[in-house]
Amino acid sequence: MSLTRSTGAVLAKELKIELRTHDLTNTVLFFVLMVAGLFSFAFSPTVQESRRILPGLIWLAFFFAGTLMLQLCFVREQVNDTLAALRLAPIDPSAILFGKILANFLFLVVTEIVFVPIFSVFYNVNVWPVMGQLLLVLFLGTFGLSVVGTVFSAMTAQARMRELLLPLLLLPVLAPVLIAGVEATSELLGAHPGIGREWLSMLGGFDVIYVTATWLLSGFLVEE
Amino acid sequence: MNFALPTSLGVEFDRVEKRYGGLRALRRLSLSIAPGEFVALFGPNGSGKTTLLRMAALLVQPTSGKVRHIGAENLSPVDVRRRIGLVAHKALVYDELSARENLSFFAKLYALDNAEERVGRVLGAVGLAHRAGDAAGTFSRGMRQRLAIARALISEPRLLLFDEPATGLDRQGREWLEQTLTGLHEAGATLIMSTHDDSVASLAGRSIWLRAGRLERDTAAADAPLERGVRQ
Repeated sequence: MSLTRSTGAVLAKELKIELRTHDLTNTVLFFVLMVAGLFSFAFSPTVQESRRILPGLIWLAFFFAGTLMLQLCFVREQVNDTLAALRLAPIDPSAILFGKILANFLFLVVTEIVFVPIFSVFYNVNVWPVMGQLLLVLFLGTFGLSVVGTVFSAMTAQARMRELLLPLLLLPVLAPVLIAGVEATSELLGAHPGIGREWLSMLGGFDVIYVTATWLLSGFLVEE
Repeated sequence: MNFALPTSLGVEFDRVEKRYGGLRALRRLSLSIAPGEFVALFGPNGSGKTTLLRMAALLVQPTSGKVRHIGAENLSPVDVRRRIGLVAHKALVYDELSARENLSFFAKLYALDNAEERVGRVLGAVGLAHRAGDAAGTFSRGMRQRLAIARALISEPRLLLFDEPATGLDRQGREWLEQTLTGLHEAGATLIMSTHDDSVASLAGRSIWLRAGRLERDTAAADAPLERGVRQ
């Protein structure tokens, strides 16, 4: 079976299960809503302050929400040892990872599409003129988070302290993406909105590196 | 039940050792199971039965030694996996998906022809046709075991590995399991089954006892004493 078709089968299975349980999306939605609301009410920032803190806040919210969600994606496979059934199937092991990466990416993207306007209202920053570019930056960063997060979730699924371990492993590896994402978002939400090509290149470049490494190491990553 | 299986697959363990940290689950174990054999594995808990079965399924790699699948010399590891079916301790199915969706998903991963027709046939064969649309999470232990067996059979494997397949089955379920195992064996499949159930074990043509990761005894079933004390 081709990698595309087996990835598609795993992705479809992930979406079907999530549409029935809402386990992952509920976790993310409530966490982001809490961060957006709490910071807004606690600091009541002015427009200028909002422009300074919002990029960091958006990335902080989505990073930790993603971490919470990603922890669960392989734990789900342990309940009935379904990972063994996937490993037993005659498919490229990378299809298991890529199917889950795409599913996690879609769940986070949906959250971002819902919450960027909410952040905009809570912090009184008009994001509509730069919405397309902002979503591009968020999607590129989110893809990196989904790739690395899914890989580390597979590696830490059987660890006892996985809730602590996953963010600790993710932060250093994702630092370039988070820095580029925050910088690009700051430029977009600044007084003179624009976006530096270097940040987009950095986000895209790291996505390519993460995907290539995942593809090369997939056999090892889904081993016992 | 009628199973039409292609040529079966055997498995050979050559001085196989498996360590989990400091624990030695298998200790330089050598064993050969020919294509078409029906073997019952016995031994107390922790004797290495599950590790041996998972190693035969290519899910566990030996720390040292070699595992070779007889009849698969020219096949890639992916093609060998295609010919192996495993019924494990856990059901290896998704609770959130229905019985039909579970089997359709695995049929898709195995790129099977006429997948939907085959899913319907296997569901009927394991007696779950009337619950095909129900989520696996709502099934009783016995029904989950039937679904687990259906999942293992969907790809028509040539080497079938059963880890305590009678667990959770009532008398009717055990009778059904015995018929299924007999049907598979008669169709030429290689069966390796760990069990504590004498009735199911009596179907096997060969009995192997493991203790502390070592091969303790290997006999033709007709010569094997059936006392539980020996088996457990």
